[in-house]
Amino acid sequence: MQFGLSEEQILLQDNVKRFLNDNASLDHVRKYAEGESDANIWAGLSELGVAALLIPEEHGGIGMTPLDAAIVAECLGNNVAPGPFLGSAVMAPTALIASSGDHGELLGELAAGTHRVGIAFGEAIKRRNDAGIQVSNGVMNGTSLFAFDAVADSYLVADQNKHLYLVSASDTGLTRTVLTTVDKTRQTVELTYKDVAATCISTEVSVFETTLDIGRVMLAADTLGAAQDMLDQAVDYAKQREQFNRPIASFQAVKHMCAEMAASLEPCRSMVWFAAHALADLPDEARATACHTKAHLSEVGKAIAKTSTEVHGGMGFTDLVGLHYWFKRIGANRQWLGAPEHVRHEAAVLQGLVA
Amino acid sequence: MDLSLGSEYDEFRIEVKDFLANNAHKAPKGNDLRGDTAKDWQKLLIENGYTARTIPKEFGGFGAEPDILKSRIIAEEFSNARVNTGLGGQGISMLVPTLLEMGTQEQKKQFIRPTIHGEMIWCQGYSEPGAGSDLASLTTSAVLEGDEWVVNGQKIWTSTAHIADWIFCLVRTEPDAPKHKGISFLLFDMKTPGIEIRPLVDMTGAANFNETFYTDVRVPKHQIVGERGQGWQVANAILGHERETLAPANTAQTRINALIELMKTDTADGERLIDNPVYRDRLMKVQGQVMAMRFNELRVLSARLNPGQDAGLSRMITKLEGTELRHELEGLAIDVMGEIGLAYEDNPHLRNSGSWQREYMYFLGLIIGGGTSQIQKNIISERGLDMPREPKIEKSR
Repeated sequence: MQFGLSEEQILLQDNVKRFLNDNASLDHVRKYAEGESDANIWAGLSELGVAALLIPEEHGGIGMTPLDAAIVAECLGNNVAPGPFLGSAVMAPTALIASSGDHGELLGELAAGTHRVGIAFGEAIKRRNDAGIQVSNGVMNGTSLFAFDAVADSYLVADQNKHLYLVSASDTGLTRTVLTTVDKTRQTVELTYKDVAATCISTEVSVFETTLDIGRVMLAADTLGAAQDMLDQAVDYAKQREQFNRPIASFQAVKHMCAEMAASLEPCRSMVWFAAHALADLPDEARATACHTKAHLSEVGKAIAKTSTEVHGGMGFTDLVGLHYWFKRIGANRQWLGAPEHVRHEAAVLQGLVA
Repeated sequence: MDLSLGSEYDEFRIEVKDFLANNAHKAPKGNDLRGDTAKDWQKLLIENGYTARTIPKEFGGFGAEPDILKSRIIAEEFSNARVNTGLGGQGISMLVPTLLEMGTQEQKKQFIRPTIHGEMIWCQGYSEPGAGSDLASLTTSAVLEGDEWVVNGQKIWTSTAHIADWIFCLVRTEPDAPKHKGISFLLFDMKTPGIEIRPLVDMTGAANFNETFYTDVRVPKHQIVGERGQGWQVANAILGHERETLAPANTAQTRINALIELMKTDTADGERLIDNPVYRDRLMKVQGQVMAMRFNELRVLSARLNPGQDAGLSRMITKLEGTELRHELEGLAIDVMGEIGLAYEDNPHLRNSGSWQREYMYFLGLIIGGGTSQIQKNIISERGLDMPREPKIEKSR
C-alpha cells in the first residue's frame, strides 16, 4: 500500500515546476494578462510531454494517468500559469479517447501540442438565460457562454443533452467574442454558432460525464496549487514584514491565520490525489469523489485566497504584489464546471440521496 | 499510488470478520470498565491478537510484530461491525506504551499484565489548575525523604480518578531546574493516604473528570519512570500519538453515515430532512470534509509504512481538523432535527440514543483537551511553517 506520489511523479513535478519558474513567473503572467501570447509556454510544456500526458502511445502520447495530470495542474495553479492544459491536454483527449470514434489524427496533433481545443460546457451544466444550442444534421446554431481555454483551433461543445461536438475555430459561421472576466490568466469567450459544421464526438452521456469529472478534478488540483502558493507567500511575507519592532509572523493572530490555512489545505492534497486516482482505478467512487473534491477545494481555496490577502495587509490589495492573480484564478476555478452548491447537489444525486 | 493491501492482508481481514461473526455476541455493551463481561471479552481479544497485539507475551500481551495494516484492519472491521474493541482508558492507551519504552523490567512485569487485563485501572495526573496549556509549569511537588517521595499539590481533569487503582503523575522534583527539566514521572496507588478526590461534572452531565488533592502522599522511591528530572520526556514520548488518535476519520465516516440515515428517515412537514436543499447542502459539505480527512489519514498511514515518504503536515493537523470537524458534524445533526435536536438523557424523542448532543458537547471538550485548537495552531505555525515563537514577556512584579 502506497498512498502518495511515485519517484517518477515527483520527477515530473520537479521538471514542470522548474520550467514554470523559468518561463511563467509573475512577470510572464502579467505580460500574458496584458495580451501577450502563451504560445511559448505551451510549446515548452509540450516539449516536456505535458500535452501528450493522457494520450495513448499509439497516437503519439505517453499514456500516463489522471494523477500525473493532476500533478501538472497543481504546478500550473502554483504559478497561475497560462496555457490550454485543461482543454487541450485533459478534457479534449479524454472525450476523444472515451468516444467510440477514430480520432487518431487529432489526438496526434494534441499530443504534439500543435492543436488547441477550447471547452464550451456551460450549456450542459446549467444553461443561463439566452444561451442554448441546437444541432441538426451536423449543423449547429445557438450560443455557448463562457467557453474557456478560448485561444483555440477548435472547440469541444456540449449541448443541453450532454452530447459532445467538435467545431472548428475557422468555421465562418462561428463568432468568438472575448468575455472579460476577473481571471486574466486564461481567456474566456462567448461562442455564437450560425450554421456551423459540428462533428459529433459522442451522444453517450457517459462520455460527457467522464470528460466533466476529470475537468473538475483538474480545476481542484489547479486550486490546490494556487492556494498552496498563496499560503507560502503569506508565510514568507509575514516573516519579513516588521511592525512594532518584530516580524508580524511572531504575532499569534497572524500565525493562527497561517496555521488555519495550512490545516485546511493539507487534507486537500490527499483528496486531489485520491480523486485523480479514482478516475482511472475506482469507477464506483470516481464521480461523487470528483464532485466533492471540486466543491471542497473551491471552499478551502476561497478561504485561503481571502486570508492570504489579509496577511499581506494593504500590499495584498495592490497590483504591486500581484497576489490578486492567484485570488482570481481560484475564483474562476470555483465557478467553472459547476460551482460548489451545484456539484454538492450532484454528489447527493450520485449517492441516490435525492432524485 | 497503490491502495491494495495484498493477499496476506485480505486473508487477515477474513480472519477478523470470521472472529467477529462467531464471537461478537460475547462483547460487552457500554463502557463498564469493571464488569466481568468486559474482562472476559478483553481476555478473548488478547488471546486472538485483536488488542494488546504487539505487547510482548512475557507481559501478558499477544506478542505480534508491529504491523500497522493489521492494526488498521482490526480497527476497521470492529468499527464496521460496531463491536467493542476491548478495554481502553489511559492506563492502556498511555501508560503501557510509556512503560514499554521507558520503564524498568520490574515495572513492565509488575504493571503491564494487570493493566491490559482490566485488573488495574489508571488515571493520569498531568494538568493542574495553574498548568493547562503550559503544562510544564506544573507545581505539584515531590520531595525525597529517605526512601519515599512526599507528594503535595493538586491535579485537575483527572479522568476516572474515582475508579482508578493507580495514578501516573507528573510532579516537580527539581524546583531549581528550568521548568521542563525539573519534572519527574511517578506511579502510585490511589489508596495511599493523603489523596482526596472530588468529581468534576462536565457539560455533558457526566462526571468522568475529577479534581484530585495530594497532601503528604508518600510514594516509594523506586516508583519513578525514567530518571529524576526526565518526566517531561517520559510524558512526551507518547503524547503526540494521543493527539493523532483523538478524532479518527473512520469514526467520522460512521457518524456521517448515521446522520444520512437519520435524514432519510426523519421528516418535517411530511418531507424527509434530506429533501430540504439547505440541510442537504450542509450535509454534503461536511461529507466532503470527512472525505478529505479520510484521505489525509491514508497519507499518514502510508508514510508510516513507507519510511522516506513525505507526509507534509498531514499528521500535525489531525487533532485540530478532526475534532473541529466532528463538533460541526454532530452540530449539523442537531440543527436539522429542530426541537428534537434538543432531546437529551431520558427524553422519549431521542435519536441515536441521544448521541448527537452528547458528542456535540464531548467534541467541544476534545477541541479544548489534549492541547487546545489554539495550541495546535501554534504548533502548526511554529513547527510546520517555521514561524517564530511569540516573544516572552518579562513578568512584572
